[in-house]
Amino acid sequence: MSESVWSEQGTSPGAIEAALRDLLKERHAAVEAFVPARVLNLVVVVDREWRGEIANRLERVGRYHPSRTVICEVERGRETMDAQVTIGSEDELATGELALGRERVLVEIGDSHVEYVDSIVDPLVVTDLATVVWAPHGHREAVNSLLKLAQVVLVDSLDEPSIDAALERVRELAERCYVVDLAWLRSTPWRERIAATFDPAIWRRELGSISSVEVRHRPDSQAAALLLVGWLSSRLGWGAGELAAVNGSLRGHLETRSRKAREVEITLRSDERQSAPGLAGITIATSSGMSIALDRGPGGLSAVRRTRDGRESAWTVLGASRGEAGILGEGIRQALLRDPTYAPALRCASSLVQ
Amino acid sequence: MATVEQRPIAAEEENPLTEGLERLPVHPTTLVIFGATGDLAKRKLLPALYNLAHEGALPERFNLIGVSRADRPHEDYRALARESIGSHSRHEPKDEVLDSLLEHVRYVPGTFDDPAVYEQLERTAAEFDEEAGMAFNRVFYLSTAPAFFPMIVGKLGERGLERREGAEVRVVIEKPFGTNLEEALALNRDVLDVLDESQVFRIDHYLGKETVQNMLAFRFANGMFEPLWNRNYIDNVQITAAEDIGIGTRAGYYDESGALRDLVQNHMLQLLTLLAMEPPVEFSADEVRDEKVKVLRAVKPPTTEDVPDMAVAAQYGPGHSAGEDAAGYLQEEGVPGDSTTETYAALRLEVDNWRWAGVPFYLRTGKRLARKVTEIAVALKPVPHLAFRQQGSVGVQPNQLILTMQPNEGVSISLGAKIPGTRMRIRPVNMEFLYGTAFLSQSPEAYERLILDAMRGDATLFTRNDEVEAQWRICDPIVSAWADRGDALPKYAAGSDGPHEADSILRHGHKWRAI
Repeated sequence: MSESVWSEQGTSPGAIEAALRDLLKERHAAVEAFVPARVLNLVVVVDREWRGEIANRLERVGRYHPSRTVICEVERGRETMDAQVTIGSEDELATGELALGRERVLVEIGDSHVEYVDSIVDPLVVTDLATVVWAPHGHREAVNSLLKLAQVVLVDSLDEPSIDAALERVRELAERCYVVDLAWLRSTPWRERIAATFDPAIWRRELGSISSVEVRHRPDSQAAALLLVGWLSSRLGWGAGELAAVNGSLRGHLETRSRKAREVEITLRSDERQSAPGLAGITIATSSGMSIALDRGPGGLSAVRRTRDGRESAWTVLGASRGEAGILGEGIRQALLRDPTYAPALRCASSLVQ
Repeated sequence: MATVEQRPIAAEEENPLTEGLERLPVHPTTLVIFGATGDLAKRKLLPALYNLAHEGALPERFNLIGVSRADRPHEDYRALARESIGSHSRHEPKDEVLDSLLEHVRYVPGTFDDPAVYEQLERTAAEFDEEAGMAFNRVFYLSTAPAFFPMIVGKLGERGLERREGAEVRVVIEKPFGTNLEEALALNRDVLDVLDESQVFRIDHYLGKETVQNMLAFRFANGMFEPLWNRNYIDNVQITAAEDIGIGTRAGYYDESGALRDLVQNHMLQLLTLLAMEPPVEFSADEVRDEKVKVLRAVKPPTTEDVPDMAVAAQYGPGHSAGEDAAGYLQEEGVPGDSTTETYAALRLEVDNWRWAGVPFYLRTGKRLARKVTEIAVALKPVPHLAFRQQGSVGVQPNQLILTMQPNEGVSISLGAKIPGTRMRIRPVNMEFLYGTAFLSQSPEAYERLILDAMRGDATLFTRNDEVEAQWRICDPIVSAWADRGDALPKYAAGSDGPHEADSILRHGHKWRAI
């Protein structure tokens, strides 16, 4: 990997943009096979003291690296703007291989710049590419400002102080742009497996008679569990209901219009043993006596199914864990796709904790 | 709160939980690989299965049964699978996932004509069903020499393994589907005596490549090309599949097959049909394949007398490749010294329908050419009047649209542009788009996509019986004419652009693109 670097203290967006253009020319001249990646712009707003952690997370995103990353590092009290531009590409290439460029712009700004940060970032993003904003340390003011030029906001509902605040913030953002929620993406393998479990004709009939759902989650990942229940509720047309805290869990009942099961008992239970953010397991039972439990296990999800005659069968649903870097990478990839089921799931989830 | 009305969900209704998911559920499946220790299984199939497992894309319950001649215990086959996956998988294997995958692997030894093999196969598959308390779908993958296809399908039928109550049974057949029309017809007849066409998945791994599927997106998701996509604007089309390497260790297969059977009859005709087909009403297996077959039927098969005028065969002789001496085909290990197998084939075909009448489609493929490239070049007709002629614009060329499949997948368009200066002089420039610069995802291997599609029962990317037969109707007369050829096979130097004889099939004013 070789890089071209430019930096300047007390700089301006115009100077940074000029540097980007110059460095692109320089890379083209230096590496014959150089081509700039043109996937999306990722604008990240971070606190200066936590920048290392975020840099590490971005580094591990691997193949989902966006084409241009603009990192706005906010330092309390700073009044000037410093910047560094890096354009890098692989230089050990096989014949015919392309040297795909990675462009990174680091802009150090003060808190006084945050309200109008869009005017700093606007000249630095590649026109006509989707722009994604991610502010892992809050910075609502900056996100609101950047919504003028961004189409997608990356959030993690687990980062918000409370579940109500998390869902409220996401709902507010969803009215203005497309939201990719990492908490939702953590539930993707679970949603896929639940859908697969009920896909064979014999099990699909049971969807109408679900009588209880228990979701187990890491203590700080209640939002992910709630979104999963919101998804089931929105997809299966369950009625309104509310969850209340009972002995550290959230519990409640949702109405259904099914003749087989008039209501669904919902439990969100915190699991202290779960180390990674997100879900630990789910058990779904039906009024006919069938149940399926999925839990994290070696090599994938451990599944246990009980049929109405009491027979039990266990197996492993294969799949490698994506890890937190994989989740962030998936978030960046999803920014270019549209999931029509998130917004209804969010609405249902919000109604459960109002 | 917006919700849909809850009501009992009937089994035949769509699963409401699959909406919005990227990976759709696949019914629990037992996959049986015949030829389980062969090269294809080791290099492609087993790694593809691991990659699917790694990404959580396999059915929620999955079993694998390997069938091959050598007598070995299950554990030995698992060790072989582990080694193959370790060497060829796209993902670095994770022990936990691999261990779990291999737990459900069994091995059945024996020759494909032995009824005991099918008896044991049935028993092993039934054990999986019993253990799970459900009927797994069954997919039989024939990764064997083509001579065994009818035998295996016949034995499956004799044993009653071709149907399964409460589950689907499918058979995947690797190419080649016969070596001529007669064989293709016989193979289809044998297979369809036992199975329904909807159970048969004839694999042409080329169709599983993202690049080939992108052709459909390119043509039918962009409005700007369709108005030009006809005989009024397109002058000619060149489809090239060139390889810079020789035959390697495949002398035994290749010398029997030759370039026409190896690439033209299947892959290159697939490219031609995707390029020339009408838009399907929907992207479903039969709609797409109906349109492809229409194109093949519109290609008039040549008579034996036509062949010298529209097809050229050649063989590479000694030359230079990558700066080094390169042996000729006859000097390659395992090739008979008097072989007349063609390593290069060039064809001129015409699609006689309303859209394409009169437009020549040139196809060429060869080993040991100057460069590895697979591309389709669509040459547009020249502008009707060039007002800049007096200004010295001799460099003006008709526009070309190039769809590159490999090595760097992309699209480029040549445009005329003014050379900076005081005079109005024009020269061609390229507007280039490379898929690799615009997408975040890593493309899955073709076999991953195709195995999953076969397990799911989606035949869109597989070849239908009438498609195979139509392909052979075009190629058969050429195969026959070349077999009866009295004159010597033209030669080309290894590392070159091919034989100069290939120019003889070009229409007036046309020339081959440089490889």
